[in-house]
Amino acid sequence: MSDFRLQLQNLSAGYSQRGRGQRTVVQPFTANIIPGTVTCLIGPNGAGKSTLLRTIAGMQSPLTGQALLNGHAVHQMSAAERARCLSVVLTQKMEVGLFTGYALVAMGRHPHTGWMGQLSEHDHRVVQQSIELVGAETLADRPFNLMSDGERQKILIARALAQEPALLILDEPTAFLDLPRRVECMLLLRDLARRTGCAVLLSTHDLDLALRCADQIWLLPYTGQLSMGLPEDLVLNGAFEAAFHSAHVTFDMLTGAFQPPTARSIPVVLEGTGVHYVWTKRALEREGYAVAEERRPHVPVIHVDTANAQHWQLINGAERRGFDSVNELLITLRQTGYQPAN
Amino acid sequence: MAQRILPTQTMRREHRLSPVLPGFKALLLLGLIALLIFSFLVSLALGSVAIPLDDVVRVLLGQDASKAVWMNIILDFRLPQALTAILAGAALGVSGLLMQTFFRNPLADPFVLGVSSGASLGVALVVLTIGSVTTTLLTGLGLFGDLALAAAASLGSMGVMAIVLWVARRVASGTTLLIVGLLFGYLTSAAVSVLLYFSIPERIQSYINWTFGSFSGVTWDQLIVIVPIVLAGLLAAFLLSKALNALLLGEAYAASMGVNVRHVRLAVILTTAILAGTITAFCGPIGFLGIAIPHFCRSLFNTSDHRSLIPLTILVGALVALIASIIADVPGSSLVLPLNAVTSLIGAPAVIWVILSRHSVKENFAA
Repeated sequence: MSDFRLQLQNLSAGYSQRGRGQRTVVQPFTANIIPGTVTCLIGPNGAGKSTLLRTIAGMQSPLTGQALLNGHAVHQMSAAERARCLSVVLTQKMEVGLFTGYALVAMGRHPHTGWMGQLSEHDHRVVQQSIELVGAETLADRPFNLMSDGERQKILIARALAQEPALLILDEPTAFLDLPRRVECMLLLRDLARRTGCAVLLSTHDLDLALRCADQIWLLPYTGQLSMGLPEDLVLNGAFEAAFHSAHVTFDMLTGAFQPPTARSIPVVLEGTGVHYVWTKRALEREGYAVAEERRPHVPVIHVDTANAQHWQLINGAERRGFDSVNELLITLRQTGYQPAN
Repeated sequence: MAQRILPTQTMRREHRLSPVLPGFKALLLLGLIALLIFSFLVSLALGSVAIPLDDVVRVLLGQDASKAVWMNIILDFRLPQALTAILAGAALGVSGLLMQTFFRNPLADPFVLGVSSGASLGVALVVLTIGSVTTTLLTGLGLFGDLALAAAASLGSMGVMAIVLWVARRVASGTTLLIVGLLFGYLTSAAVSVLLYFSIPERIQSYINWTFGSFSGVTWDQLIVIVPIVLAGLLAAFLLSKALNALLLGEAYAASMGVNVRHVRLAVILTTAILAGTITAFCGPIGFLGIAIPHFCRSLFNTSDHRSLIPLTILVGALVALIASIIADVPGSSLVLPLNAVTSLIGAPAVIWVILSRHSVKENFAA
């Protein structure tokens, strides 16, 4: 299944509103999705990520253009044809009744089985392999309704894989997961794309994860003008910042994270190395201090050194005090009048 | 894709999607079937006059009974009633299952789309208004009574069904359809209330008798109509199993798995309306079976797979309806209890017990 072509030609997405014409959410764009890669669709809430995914998945018609899978327009295929080359994992939480993990994954064979859904030996093999691909062997015999969100997500991804899709579309697959499970989920999808050769297209709000794991980023700002590229290119050319910019957060290019745009009024100098240095710096910046590295006159110096019994030393002119925690350091800084105006 | 990527470490897993039926469940199934056959024979034996079981079996085998009148009782009255009960239980159970899956709502029953309220309105119109054209109430109910009631109920439920189908083609969401169906119920019961309010007590009484439900009024002539319709409906439901399983994941997933949701939706509504409408037309609005039997089967056999659930629902529905029919006729007396009261009185506690002793309904159900 790896030699398929997925082309989006002049595709635009949106709604037809009764009596008020069309509302275009995603402006026309042209792109290819490459087999074996992960494409992350990111953008602020309400920009139209789900609408775009639904349009590519053929669940709604494009306003203009088309999504072509091996030359066939996805939205013109019959539901059964579409189901054999494209599968989805939706964002909704669901109760499905009394099914084991295996039975639920086996549902993915629907488009390939006969009128009663009887599984052939080949079908069983595909189901089993899908379960192994997501590492859900231990979940196969357990009831789906007793699984945690992370386990359910694995089973649902396995179900989508059992459809043997050329393109796998996931709408916010990490939404209900805790942080380690999110990372696992993204790494799993990346691994799946590599191993099965199917293309993975997913939307997510985890910008950091998307930047780290995606082969391609599609950035959908409120304007509906999709920008595409390598994660790093989109950061460097400022598209990232532009898409998410608001009065309350700014994108820090150095860390790749969003931060409150605090006025860093009061300077401090921070010296040191290692993790203690990094986390001390984070705390100082969160509190609104402007952290410098070079010593300057009249600016207090914080010296971090784990060789000392007290890791943090505050040097203010001739005065020198040691602290056992970042918290103590910050309290003293505030008390001595070094309080940032934020 | 699958062959290419993985070392073929294949484990054959039999019966994974179909319910695992080792030991206990197979026994349970055999027990239920035996119970159904036994109840069938008992229902022919018991009634105002008790007939020995061996005579019952002899009559069924085409031989003569010890008393000629027993043969008449069995063939003309008890056999059609027992068959009606079996068909009604199966039809109502399955249509309840269809509605619960279709709306992903554990509270749905065969009548959520207004099938029974349409029938009620039809019957109310006949009994409460047309009855006044005829000279007495007795002719109104006696001579043309049975057929007129069935016809009125059929017309009423078909009318409501037509409207619901028309709405179903226009609205996208099942929930909207559910609300429309419920509101239709209120509309028709309001109309019935108005009719009742301006009617005289005797006619109100005969309307209320219809609402009690009964398996005993059905004749062989009517069974000739009912049997093929119900069998066709049950078969249609079974053929929808695969799509219904997909619908358990929601309409969006079902569509992504190749199910033509629009077609399946119409098929489900039509099948339900035919099954529930036919039974309601001939037996009155029989509650409880439709909502409870599917839950009972899901809990008992711990499955949501319709390929097993539909046959199980047919089996258990027939069994429960048959037992209710036996009890309603109060063996050994000429007393007849309202069928609806019996189905609920014996059925509700049993089902509550089964459901509570296994899982919560929420866990059991796709809701």
